[in-house]
This record gives sequence, C-alpha cells and structure tokens, in this order.
Amino acid sequence: MNPGADSVGAGAGSGADARPRVALFVTCLANIYRPNVGLAAVALLERAGCTVEVPLTQTCCGQPSYNNGDLDGAAKTARQTIEAFEDFDYVVAPSGSCGGMLRDFPRLFASEPGWQQRARAMAEKTYELISFLTDIRGMTSVDAAYPHRVTYHDSCHGLRALGIKEQPRRLLGTVRGLELAELADSEICCGFGGTFCVKYPEISGRMVSDKAAAINATEAEVLLGGDLGCLLNIAGRLGREGGRVRVYHVAEVLAGMADVPGLGDPRQPKGGS
Amino acid sequence: MEPLSHAFKERSVWALQDETLQVALNRAKDGFAVKRAKAVGALPEFESLRDRAVDIKNHTLENLDHYLERYADAVERSGGKVHWASSAEDARRIVVEICQASGARMITKGKSMVGEEVGVNGALEEAGFEVVETDLGEYIIQLAHEPPSHIIVPAVHKTRGQIADLFHQNHQKYGLTRKLAEVPEMVNEARQVLRDKYLAADVGITGANFLIAESGTSVIVTNEGNGDLTCSLPKVHIVTAGIEKVVPTAEDASTLLRLLGRSATGQDMTTYTTFTTGPKRSGDTDGPEEYHVVLIDNGRTTMLGDQFREMLRCIRCGACMNHCPVYGAIGGHAYGWVYPGPMGSVLTPLAVGLKEAGNLPNACTLNGHCAEVCPVRIPLPDLLRTLRHREYQLRLGLKPMRWGLAAWVWFTTHPRIYRMGTRVQARMLALLAGRKGRFRRMPLAGSWFRGGRDLPAPQGETFMAVWQRRQRGKG
Ligand code: SF4
Repeated sequence: MNPGADSVGAGAGSGADARPRVALFVTCLANIYRPNVGLAAVALLERAGCTVEVPLTQTCCGQPSYNNGDLDGAAKTARQTIEAFEDFDYVVAPSGSCGGMLRDFPRLFASEPGWQQRARAMAEKTYELISFLTDIRGMTSVDAAYPHRVTYHDSCHGLRALGIKEQPRRLLGTVRGLELAELADSEICCGFGGTFCVKYPEISGRMVSDKAAAINATEAEVLLGGDLGCLLNIAGRLGREGGRVRVYHVAEVLAGMADVPGLGDPRQPKGGS
Repeated sequence: MEPLSHAFKERSVWALQDETLQVALNRAKDGFAVKRAKAVGALPEFESLRDRAVDIKNHTLENLDHYLERYADAVERSGGKVHWASSAEDARRIVVEICQASGARMITKGKSMVGEEVGVNGALEEAGFEVVETDLGEYIIQLAHEPPSHIIVPAVHKTRGQIADLFHQNHQKYGLTRKLAEVPEMVNEARQVLRDKYLAADVGITGANFLIAESGTSVIVTNEGNGDLTCSLPKVHIVTAGIEKVVPTAEDASTLLRLLGRSATGQDMTTYTTFTTGPKRSGDTDGPEEYHVVLIDNGRTTMLGDQFREMLRCIRCGACMNHCPVYGAIGGHAYGWVYPGPMGSVLTPLAVGLKEAGNLPNACTLNGHCAEVCPVRIPLPDLLRTLRHREYQLRLGLKPMRWGLAAWVWFTTHPRIYRMGTRVQARMLALLAGRKGRFRRMPLAGSWFRGGRDLPAPQGETFMAVWQRRQRGKG
C-alpha cells in the first residue's frame, strides 16, 4: 500500500506530464455487478490520454437517499464523495444517472456555503464517461471490432440531464462490423427508476416489458446502453422472456471488452477472462 | 370529489389488469406525443416562445394581487360580477347561489378542470338542478358517472364500444334507439341531444384557459364549439377559474395560446378560441344577461408562498401526462383524484394532503420526459422530489424504507466496511446464481421479481477488488 495515499495511480507517472488526472467514479452497480464496465472505462480513458485513478474511499452517489426524500442522508454520502474526488482534474462515471447526481450535489448544500462551494467545484468537472471521451477529450473513433447487430437504449438521466444522445452513436459507428439498428421509443423510460422498480413492481414490469418488445422488434442480437441500472432491469426482463438478446454496457463494446458473458447470461466455464 | 389516492397501488394494479382499459390506453398511446413533436418541429421559435411564456407567468405570479385586481375591475366595468372563493366549499356555494338566484333549472357546462376540482356538478345536482356537460368527452364520462381520466381528453380511457353502449342506454329516452358503431354517428347523436339542452339551459358554466387583466376577458379553447354555445345561449354565464389563470394582456394570452394547442394536441390552434367579456350590451344580438366570474383560490396562495410556486405556471395542456410512461401504463383513474399524471402527482398531495396521496410523488421514475415537454418549463421531477422530502420529514413513508436508507447512508460513509461488504455480496450472489448467471427468484427481494423479470447475477468480484489486485501486481 502507498502510505497515506487513498488513490492508486494507473498512469505512467504522477509527475508533471500533461495527461489530465481523471478519477473514476465506478458507481455502486458496476462495482458489485459488473467490474468489467469499470475496467472498460479505465481502458477507454487511458486511450484518451488520461491518467486514471480510483479513489478507494468512493461508495455510492447518494441517489437512493436523494430520490427518497432523505436529503440529509444524501448530503452525508455526498461529503464523502467530494472529499475523495475534489482534488482531481476530472471526475468521470460510466453512468449518466450517477454522473448527473454528482452534478446535482450543490443542491444538497443550500444552507452550507462552504460545502456548496466545494460541491460546485467538483460538479463542474464531473462527466459521464462517453460524453467525456467525445466532448472533452475529442475522441472520434475507437479501435474495436464487434461484428453484431446492436440496438441502443437512451437512459433517461444521461439523455435529459446531460444531453447524451449522439456521442455513443458516433463512437459505435467506428466499431468494425457493428451494425446499429435504432430502437423505436429509445427515449422512453425502461421502468427502472432506482427504488421505483421495487416500490411499484407491477408498473415497472409493464414498462420494461414494453421496452423488451421494442428491442425484440429491432431483431438486434445485442442491446447496449450507458447505465447499469436500466441494463439490469432490461436484461432481467429479456432473460425472463427467454429471448436471445444479450445486454452489455456500451463501454464494454467500445473498449473491445465485450468478450465476457452479457448481463444475466450463463457463465462461461473456467478459463474465460 | 372524495380522493382515492391512498389506494393508488391497488388501483394501478387493477388498471394494468383491466383489458378494456389497456385497449383504450394503447390506442391513445403515442398519438398525442407524435402530433406534438410534429407541431413543435414545425415552429422554429417554439423554444423562445416557451421562455417568453415562463417570463409572462412568473411576472404575473410575482404581481398576482395587482393583476387580479385589475382583472376584477375590468370585469365590473364591463357589467360583470366577480366572486372570490377561498375554498372549494366557497366556490360550490357561490355557484349554487347564483343559479338559485336566477331561478334556473337546467345548466349546461363547458369542460372545466377547476369545476371538477371543487366539485361543482355534485353541489348543483344536490341542489336540484339538471346539469349537462357539453364537451363530448365530459358528456361521456357524465353518462358513465366517472371522473375524467385526462385533463384534455377526459374520456380517453373509454373504448368506442363502451361509448356506443353508454349512448344506447342513455339516449333511448330521446327516441334514439339505434345502436351505433361509427364515431361520426356517435358524435352526431350526441350533438343532437345536446342541441336541445343548449336551448333549454338557463345557466351556462365554463372554465377559463386565461383571464385577461387589461380587459376583463375570459378565454376558452375547444374543438367542438360547445364553449361558445354554453356561454352565449343561456341568460346567465358563470366563469369558474383558478386565480393563477390571469395574464396581463391579450398579447400575453396569445403567446400562451400558441403553446397550448401545440403542447396539448399538436394543433397550431384549437378549432375554437372564445373570448367573453361581460354580459350582453344594449345593441348586442346575443350573449348572457348576467356574467359572473368565480375566482377560486383553494390552496393556490399557499403554493404561491412556498417551493411549489412554479406549479402555478401550469396551463393545463396535458403534455406531461401524454409523455408519462406511468400514466401511459395505468391511465388517469388510478391516481384517485381530479388531476392525473405528473402535474396531478404534484397538485394532488398539495390539495388533499401527503397522507392521502403520498404514493403519487413516489410513483415516478424521475425520467424527466414531462419536464422536457412542459411548455412553461415546470421542473416536475424536482417538485416530486421535494414532495418526497416533505414526506420523509413528516415520517409518512414506510418504516422499512427509512431504516433501509439509514443503513445505506451509514454503509456508504464507511468506505472500508463498504468495500468488504460489497465484496462479500458480489461473491455470494455469484456463487448462489451458479452457472445460470441470473436469479429467477430470491428471498427478501420479491418485489424485483414481481415485475416479471429475472435478476442478473454479479460477475463475482467487485471492481475495487480487481483494481486493488491489479495495482499491487504493478507495484
Ligand atoms: S405541468 Fe406543464 S405539461 Fe403538465 S399540464 Fe401543466 S403546463 Fe402542461
């Protein structure tokens, strides 16, 4: 362990090179469910010329508290995140939802000017992964092959709070062999909504089965998206229906790391990566 | 109307299982959204119109007392009378009294959401008046003894077959005995029945889309022209309107009108836009002899003073519910009161209390589609979240949820324990799922599976664990 260091650098050096220091906010869902998404994010960020670090004291963005009315709880979690992330050049999350939450932090500190200042400073350098790659790092193509027919679900928070729509499509367009079949109603919510999906499972279930029907209609082999919450929900429904569509986070495909089983797919026998 | 919002959960499940309702909802689905998108796409200045509308509404709300006074003065100058109703009860009493004083028996009504809000029809019927709704949709639900399920298309939940049955049952007494199948036939038959009612009516009651302060004019939009006949044929015209409907000038009203039709139904302009100012003047060929305006507060001044002021910008276009996936799945009746969908989920708890309607602000994924299309840029998801906060502070939510949240906050603020805990969780879930890679059920997580879906299993290791190992390997 590096004494006194909470983050572990992955870049070539921590000296005075011009590579921006990017802290990855991996998100609680990617951490628990899909480490491959975090690894894909690191790979893409490094290819975009960044030094990636992963603050070890990171946990959750606080949305469960924030969206269920516990603003004090959300502020506690947020302080923890701000302390872990504020010293980096950028904060990047492979999720529009969590990235959007980090950007909303200043709202939690309306009566604490000091913290609000810090929250704002951090929010201003926080980005969702794909839009960071394209809009900030100027990435226009990736070096990956994925010879499949895919479709794409626009997760609501990324789409509406952060304006993410074209960016993933631009990069997907440069993946060799990939064919994108647009999803009808790609901007309609899949019914995940954080705790909504367990508070109102019947309504949520209807929404996700509508989404699954639209996905099946594209005849795509693979569904991609930028938010694991939505993807778990959709993969769960597709799996229950017994269909063939596999589900991946868009970063896994862009990084050329979609060679593992998709979300909810049977596990490969030992030997796969 | 007695609120039934406390039963939202049960009602939403019934709605999902009601096959006829689902047919009606599916038919309506996307129709309005597609039309709106087309109309908005054809108007390059739509976004700047929205900004202007927000400014107009904000300015008026900041000076609401001033504009209400100006409006009331102008109404009185034109020979009309203004009544102030601070509560729903006041509003009902005032309307009943006006009708009694005029010796009326038959009353026609144009569609009015504020009328539904304060329960005008019930009060009038109790007082012995015959009340007939003249908007086709309102007429249908009146026959069915149901509340509206949408603020623009109140009978959107009815199928054609159900409407044919309703007409067949209720029109026999007028000698109309044939069972109809086609929509134009039904519209014609309703017109025929309503025509006699217009002529027999003593009082006509309408709502208002806007009240113009400079001239004391009220504006209503309809697609059937029923508003014109309701306000001009009877000898008494009563306008019922919430106090937030006032705008300073006719110019302002026209800005808002350009947004209203497009946002509501995708029309550049509704078929009829009716302006009424005071009673018939000497020399006028038609118009009522008496002109009354009932200005209704019913909680609006409270909203004006708190975090929900922005909700008073609402022009009741219905775009938010037309784009709401929850509304689209369950329809309007599940919400249990007058206003459904996103705007209703803000208004209902404010009107009937969070204890009664606490489910409504929670039954939302915060996907933001409503706010994206709201012509007056009301941040509906933020307001819903504010209501959730209020509910949390009042300790009205479910206890296990509170405990769960408290535990999660503790967990997320103890990173070392968090890393260990998530590591164990990921490992265990992956082991339990085994080769299959997903769960079909799991104890204590029944709600997830009640949504008709499996739960994908984790890959096995947490990202943090993989990363730390990788860093050690490098070091
Ligand atoms: S909240 Fe906005 S979108 Fe909904 S009815 Fe009111 S004005 Fe229309």
